Amino acid sequence: MPRPTLPALLALTLGAAPALAQMPDGITSFTLPNGLETVVIEDHRAPVVVQMVWYRNGSADEPPGKSGIAHYLEHLMFKGTDTLEPGELSKTVTANGGMDNAFTSSDYTAYFQRIASDRLPLVMEMEADRMANLRIGEDDWQAERQVVLEERAQRVDSDPGALFSEERNATLFYNHPYGRPVIGWRAEMEGLTRDDALAWYDDHYSPNEAILILAGDVTPERARELAERYYGPIPAKGEAAPRVRPQEPTQRAPRRMQMTDPRVPQPVMTRSYVAPERDPGDQTDAAALTVLAELLGGSMQTSVLGRELAMKGKALWVNAGYDGLSVDPTSFAVSLVPADGIAPDEAEAELDKVLAAFLETGPDQADLDRVKTRIEAARVYTLDSAHGRAYDYGQGLATGLSVQDVNDWPDILAAVTVEDVARAARQVLGGKASVTGWLLPPPAEDPAETPPPAMPAAAPGGAAPAPTDTPAAEVQG
Amino acid sequence: MIRAVIAVFFAALAVPAQAIDIQEVTSPGGIKAWLVQDDTIPFVAVEFDFRGGASLDQPEKRGAINLMTATLEEGAGSRDSVAFAQAVEALGARFSFDVGDDTLSVGVRALSENRDEAAALLAEALTQPRFDDAAVERVRAQVQSIIRSEATDPQSIAAREMARQAWGDHPYATSINGTAESVSALTRQDLVAAKNRVLARDRVVVGAAGDITPEELGLLLDQVLGGLPERGTAPLPEPADLQLTGGVTVIDWDSPQTVVSFAGPGLAIDDPDYFAAYVANHILGGGGFSSRLMEEIREKRGLTYGVGTGLATGVYGQTWQGGMSGSNATTGQAVELIRAEWDRLAQGVTDRELNDAKTYLTGEYPLRFDGNGKIAGILAGMQVIGFPIDYVNTRNAKVEAVTADDVKRVAAKLLRSDGLRFVLVGRPEGVTATDSQPTN
Repeated sequence: MPRPTLPALLALTLGAAPALAQMPDGITSFTLPNGLETVVIEDHRAPVVVQMVWYRNGSADEPPGKSGIAHYLEHLMFKGTDTLEPGELSKTVTANGGMDNAFTSSDYTAYFQRIASDRLPLVMEMEADRMANLRIGEDDWQAERQVVLEERAQRVDSDPGALFSEERNATLFYNHPYGRPVIGWRAEMEGLTRDDALAWYDDHYSPNEAILILAGDVTPERARELAERYYGPIPAKGEAAPRVRPQEPTQRAPRRMQMTDPRVPQPVMTRSYVAPERDPGDQTDAAALTVLAELLGGSMQTSVLGRELAMKGKALWVNAGYDGLSVDPTSFAVSLVPADGIAPDEAEAELDKVLAAFLETGPDQADLDRVKTRIEAARVYTLDSAHGRAYDYGQGLATGLSVQDVNDWPDILAAVTVEDVARAARQVLGGKASVTGWLLPPPAEDPAETPPPAMPAAAPGGAAPAPTDTPAAEVQG
Repeated sequence: MIRAVIAVFFAALAVPAQAIDIQEVTSPGGIKAWLVQDDTIPFVAVEFDFRGGASLDQPEKRGAINLMTATLEEGAGSRDSVAFAQAVEALGARFSFDVGDDTLSVGVRALSENRDEAAALLAEALTQPRFDDAAVERVRAQVQSIIRSEATDPQSIAAREMARQAWGDHPYATSINGTAESVSALTRQDLVAAKNRVLARDRVVVGAAGDITPEELGLLLDQVLGGLPERGTAPLPEPADLQLTGGVTVIDWDSPQTVVSFAGPGLAIDDPDYFAAYVANHILGGGGFSSRLMEEIREKRGLTYGVGTGLATGVYGQTWQGGMSGSNATTGQAVELIRAEWDRLAQGVTDRELNDAKTYLTGEYPLRFDGNGKIAGILAGMQVIGFPIDYVNTRNAKVEAVTADDVKRVAAKLLRSDGLRFVLVGRPEGVTATDSQPTN
C-alpha cells in the first residue's frame, strides 16, 4: 500500500475522510446489480487465486434457542445442490489441486477455495450454485449434526480453557448475543433440524447479503466478467435486513469468576472489557485500542506488561488482545500466567498496579514510536500474502465497513497519538464493564511434595493434519 | 523467549516447476544458499536451517538445545534482552528461532531499507548470545510451564507415548523440551555447549526469497554466518530403528472424547516407493474431505470432526501415522474402521481415486510458493531433505508416474493393520488394551 500522502493525513487529522480517495495499488471493487459487493486483490507473483464468499450473518444473528444454527448450516452447505452431489464440491476442488473450507463467527459465515488461477471459473460456478440452489438430503443432516457435536466435544468440551472462555464470554455479554458460543450450546445443538437449517438459508443466503473476494492471480476485468457470468443471474431475496441485535446495557459492576479443573496445569487469568469496535468512517478509537494492545502486551521484553510483569519475575506470560472487526461493541482482554511462586492474587494485584500507573501517566512516546515502526513494517510484510489481505477486506466488509474504511485503516493506525491511546485506555480499562476470570488447577496437597509430571514427546512428524486451518475465535467446518 | 509451538513436519515438500527460478548462490566466504529473487515487495525473507536440531542434545542434557534456541533472542553483544528486542523492533525486522527433531531454524524478515542493520543484529544473536542469568531463568520457567501443560494435554500425552514406543534410545523417543528434572539442571555452560553442537557452518543450509541480489545475499551470508565455528562439536544424529509393534495402548484420561493416535512403518524420502506411498496416503487419509477415512468415519457416520493420516518423514526415522478424536462410546467402532481401511488399500484403488489424487498432488504444488516467506522456508527444507536444486522440474513427473499397481504394492508392504499401533487417551469403549497401561 502507498505511504500516506500529506493531504490525506491532514484530512484525517481534521476528521474528514478524503472525498475522492485513491484505491491502494492492486485493489479494485465493484458491486453487481443484484447487490453482490466484490473486491479484487491482485498479486500475480504465483499462479494462485483465492475465492472467498462472506455472508453477513453469524451466530449473533441467530434466533434464541437455536444457537449453533449458523455454523451447522455452514457444514450443510457442503451437502450438495440440484447439480452437485453431497461432498462433490470439496472433492472437485481437491481433484483440481485446490483446497477449500469455511468458517463461522459471531458476525459472518465465509467459504473459500484456494486453487490454480486457471481453475477460478470452476470454483466460482460451484460457489454461486450453492448460494442459490442448496439441497440437504434426509440422510445427511443427522450425520452432520453428529459431526458438529463431535466438533464441540473436541474443541470445547475436552478443553477446560475453552469451556471457561465460553462462560466468561457469556458473563461479559449478558444481553448481547455475543455472549453465546458460535458453535452453540450443546443442548440447543442437539435439537437443530433440517428445517431450521433451510429456514436459516432462505433468510440469509442472498447475493445482497454477501461479499465476494478474489485475491491473487486475477485481473479486475476477468474478475468482473466471471462474477457477472456466475453470480450475476442470482436474484436478491428482497432488501437486506438491518442487523439489529439486543445491545449491552450500561454495565455497572465488574464481575469475577473462577473455575477449577484437574486438567489445568497452572493458573491463568484473563480480564475482558467491553470495548468499541471499528465503525464506518469512525475507526479512531478502535485504532487507538489496537495500538494499546500492542503497547501493553505485544512483546514480552518491551511491552508495558512484559517489562513490568514478565521481566520482573511476576508472570511467565502476559498478553493483551483486541480485534476491532465487529458489528457491535467487542472485547479488549489482558491475560497472564503467574510466575512460579507468585500466588494468583499477588499476580493480579501487580497487574492492577501496572494498569493503574499506565492510566495515570499514559503511554511513553518512545514505546509508541517502536510500535508504529512495527505497524509500518507490517504494511510491507502484509503484501506477501494475498490470502491474508483477502481476510482484511472480507472481515471488514462483513462487519459493516466500506472498502474505503479498510483502505484507510493503515493510515489511521499510523496517525494514532499518545493522547488517543491514553483516552481509549481510560475509557475501556478505566470502566466497569469487565469480567476477571481465573482458571485454576485443583489445590495441591503439598506443592513441595508433588513430583514433577512426566515429559511428553512429540513424535517426529507431529500429529495428524487437522482438516482445517482456523483463524482464532472462529469455528470452522 | 519461548512460544508454545507444536512442530508438524510432513514430507510434503514439493516444488513447482516453471514458475520458480532457483539460483544457487555462493558467498565470498564459500557459504551456499538457494535464492528466488523477486523485487516486487521491498523485503527479503531468509531461513537458516541447522541440521540435527534438538536431536543433537547430549542424552543427559535433554532440553539444552531447546532452551538455548529460545534464549538466542534474549540479548547479544552489548545489548541485554530488552535492548536487543528494542533494536529489532526499531528496524521493523522480524526474527524467529525454532527447533525441532531435525533442524534448528532461524528465520528473518527484513525491510530492504535497513537489511544490513538487521543482518548485523542477527549475526550478534547467533555468534555472541549473552545467555544472561536472568534471561535463562525466565525462559527456563517458560519451558517448565510448557512441560507442565503438555503433561495435561491428551494430544501431547498420546504423541509422547507413541514416540516412546517407536524410537527406543534415539532422541526421537523423548521430547525436545527435556524433562522437568533435566531442564532444571541445565547451566549456562550447558547452553554454550549446546550451541556449539548445532550452530556451525558445516551443517547449515539457507533459503532466501525476495528483494535481494545474489551478490547482496552473498555478503549477508558471510555477515550472518561467518562468525560461527566451521564445525559443530557433535556428529550428526544416527538413523533411528523403528521399534513400533502392532497393538493397542490405552491411557486413562477423564474426558468426553478419546484422542486416537495410530502409527506404523513409513519410508524414507529417497525410497523408490516414496511417491507411490505419497499417492496412497492421499487416498487413505491425507486428502482432507476426499479421503477414504474421512468418508467412512466423518461423512457416513459422524463419529469425528476430522481424521487424517500423513507420512511422517523425519530425516532420521519415518512412520506412517494418523489421528482423530471422537466420543468415548464410539472409539471401538472408529478403531475398527481405521484398521479396515488400513488393510483395504492393499486391495487396490480405483482409476478415479488414482487420477483425483494425482491431479490434486500435482495441482496444489505451485500453490505453496505464493510468498517470499513461504518460498524461503521451502528452499531451506528442500536442502535439509537432500533434494537436488532441479527437483522443482522433476517432482510432478514422479507423481504422474505412480501406477495403481505401485499403490497396491506399497500398501501391501506397509499398510498392515496387524503392525499398526494405537495409542488411545481417554476412556474408550469397545476396544481393549493389548498391553498393560503405561504410567502417565
